Amino acid sequence: MKIKLDRTLCDGFGKCAEHAPTVFSLDEWGYASLAGSAEVPADLEPQVRRAILDCPVDAILERLATPAGRLTPPAGELAPQPGPA
Amino acid sequence: MPPLITGVHPAVTPRLLLPAGAPGREDRAAYEARGGYSGGPGGYLEGEDLISAVAEAGLRGRGGAAFPLGVKLAAVAAQPGDHVLVVNGEEGEPASVKDRWLLRTRPHLVLDGTVRAARAIGAVTAYVYVSDDQAAESVRTALAELDELPVPVHVRTVSHSYVAGEETAAVRAINGGPAKPTDKPPRPFEEGVAGCPTLVSNVETIANLPRLAAAPAPGEDVSPGRGFGPAGQETFLMTLTGSCPRPGLYEVPFGGPLGEAAETLGGLTGPPRGYLMGGYFAGLLNRRGHVLTLDYDVFRDQGSGLGCGAVIVLGPADCPVGCAAQVMAYFDRNNASQCGSCFNGTAAMSGVTAALAAGIAGQADVRRLESWAAFLPGRGACATLDGAANVARSLLREFPAEVEAHLRDRCGQCAELDLTAATAPFAVAAYAQPAEETA
Repeated sequence: MKIKLDRTLCDGFGKCAEHAPTVFSLDEWGYASLAGSAEVPADLEPQVRRAILDCPVDAILERLATPAGRLTPPAGELAPQPGPA
Repeated sequence: MPPLITGVHPAVTPRLLLPAGAPGREDRAAYEARGGYSGGPGGYLEGEDLISAVAEAGLRGRGGAAFPLGVKLAAVAAQPGDHVLVVNGEEGEPASVKDRWLLRTRPHLVLDGTVRAARAIGAVTAYVYVSDDQAAESVRTALAELDELPVPVHVRTVSHSYVAGEETAAVRAINGGPAKPTDKPPRPFEEGVAGCPTLVSNVETIANLPRLAAAPAPGEDVSPGRGFGPAGQETFLMTLTGSCPRPGLYEVPFGGPLGEAAETLGGLTGPPRGYLMGGYFAGLLNRRGHVLTLDYDVFRDQGSGLGCGAVIVLGPADCPVGCAAQVMAYFDRNNASQCGSCFNGTAAMSGVTAALAAGIAGQADVRRLESWAAFLPGRGACATLDGAANVARSLLREFPAEVEAHLRDRCGQCAELDLTAATAPFAVAAYAQPAEETA
């Protein structure tokens, strides 16, 4: 899965980093940024889904495979991910 | 208020400024007399031909990020659906005046470029986005002088603030929201005005397009105006402020040393102690900046940048720590107050630079500043926090002895500073913004 963290919404509750500390990095005031890429490894998906549910300001979103206003991915990027076997 | 000084480097003929002695604002007739709206004998390149010409010429965005315009044009053109163009004239950097000068003085050059860009990406509508009243009026007057354009062009005004010119802030304001940045993705080329793929491009960048779009005349291989031809001949607009006798707006060739341009055009009060680059954004350079070649990559490789082309000269008597403290206080007051890492980080870094200026900082404060400068970049939705971190990091890298001295003794120059004053340091007086503190 691919996620987006909206830093303009984050209020520093820190729930995300409790659930998925390797995905979300907090600064010393408790505000989050993604620690690495927006692509979440399959084994961390359950923790990240908990983070999405628990964020009090809904600052984390799962990104759709295609940008708004289109149903097909742009050439060369965001190729559809293979589903679970 | 003193009039703005403008001038052209002796090595080049002006492409963006007007020749010496030209009377004030250029109207449609004067612009057409200089070959405007025609492309010359070969006419204008359109569509993919224009995009290729821009890519080949190596034109980069002049708003500060120096992103290749050819790539941006192609990215928007390749998206499905309706496309929108935003010509960004909301010059947030207080030490820069170039975009407002172009809009106030050469609105037809900007509108000609607007039509070129709009046609290249197949835009259905275009916006000129500004906060400056005179600039807005100038563009409206210019539009009234024109017959119907192939693309409707609207003037959209916004209140001035440091962050209002950031590309996602421009899109958000045009969409009816506050002129504050949004987090990425999406970037405007994916989803911008009314959700459409949108090209947001700086006024000076757009003003280069009529020349680059001129097709070769029949029988010629290359158009006369194209070409970031022989190295050093391509130009950019430099706003020069700080310790120079003739602060103002200058057209300067790429490829020469920074110090030579500053000395020839703005004059110097003595050997400069250093420079603050890219307005407030690209940080400080010590005197080594004097000999660095005016080139995007050269400055980037030195941990600095040309940014929007605004250069602030630190004279022999200027204190770099005081300079950093003033700029950091501005970042603390004028960030968007959205991202926690930014409003906390700029306040914390400003606290340390102010303590250094006040002679009350300790070694531990400097270590904290160092760690924030390394940790905070990339943690905001826009680049404001990166700019503040650039100032902190470059102060420590370029002026370690001066920082050390401020730990021992109170600096006489810093004692004169009022860091609580809601002003924009090094702003060009002739183009001072009405309200610097409205972020």
